[in-house]
Amino acid sequence: MTPLPPFQTVLDEHSGAVMAILQGAVGRDGAEDCFQETFLAALRAYPRLDHADNLRGWLLTIAHRKAIDHHRARGRNPLPVAEVEEVAVEDGIPERDEELWAAVGALPPKQRAAVALRYGSDLPHSEIGAALGCSPEAARRNLHEGLKRLRKELA
Amino acid sequence: MNTATEAAIDRFKTRAAEQGLLDVAYATADSPFGPLLLAQTSRGLVRVGLPNQDRDEILTDLADRLSPRVLEAPVELDEVRRELDLYFDGKLDRFDLPLDWRLSGGFRQRVLRAINRIPYGQTRSYTEMARKAGNERAVRAAGSACGSNPIPLVVPCHRVLRTSGALGGYGGGLPMKQALLELEGSLDAPSVP
Repeated sequence: MTPLPPFQTVLDEHSGAVMAILQGAVGRDGAEDCFQETFLAALRAYPRLDHADNLRGWLLTIAHRKAIDHHRARGRNPLPVAEVEEVAVEDGIPERDEELWAAVGALPPKQRAAVALRYGSDLPHSEIGAALGCSPEAARRNLHEGLKRLRKELA
Repeated sequence: MNTATEAAIDRFKTRAAEQGLLDVAYATADSPFGPLLLAQTSRGLVRVGLPNQDRDEILTDLADRLSPRVLEAPVELDEVRRELDLYFDGKLDRFDLPLDWRLSGGFRQRVLRAINRIPYGQTRSYTEMARKAGNERAVRAAGSACGSNPIPLVVPCHRVLRTSGALGGYGGGLPMKQALLELEGSLDAPSVP
């Protein structure tokens, strides 16, 4: 068991990755807000962590939860547009963010993280594995299971 | 690190301070002896790291003993830095800073509190400090309390000498102790141990 390092070390080591992932997941404009929310939530919970074995995965899990919150808030407060566009549907997955992200949010944590890291941040399986503290193979399995469930939910 | 991330980090720290989540704020400060590490809690200044002391080791120790919510936040230590600058310029003879004594307990804390009352420009002996702390015979323990002073400079353990007038010891090295006493004008004759 590794004791918890000063939070500044956590910030120094992982802020770049968290920002990159958030920019991928919610875009540049939303990323800064989500970044602050992520680290505030992390700082609040930090002293109660049992160990420091996978701080990166822990942070990325919080980050993608914040990204989902961000998308949900957007869904509830849609931007006004002059004309309603046709909604394209591909592979049976509706392109309605609200519904999609709600379904992603309802996945078990590891599957949810794997899906968000793969499609929100375009990470390869090896990096998803590192972030989640599991092997690339396990990451691939979580991703596969998560996608299967999403397809079923949204069919 | 890119500027967007830096800006986000700054704002995160400001909000963390506003929300009372900054359990230990730290900063580095320049001094004539080299960089100092300053750490503070909501109660006050809790740790001063001298130039020869390992910064990472101190921060890890603070995370262990106080709270792992340790963040670099220079703004929070502006007043401490200001008073130290004045002190090194010979323009301040009494620090007016709240102190957090939590890092020392029992007899050690009593010794350090007694040391904190030694006026600028004066010196006392280890024996006297042991007596003030309630046990005149615990001279050695008083000496080790000085040696483990978590807030050197501000709690002026450099003002404690051997009864013979010899310098004794100092966490920051004897040349620093001698220079501080010279700054305060309390070394009449140069005393080299």
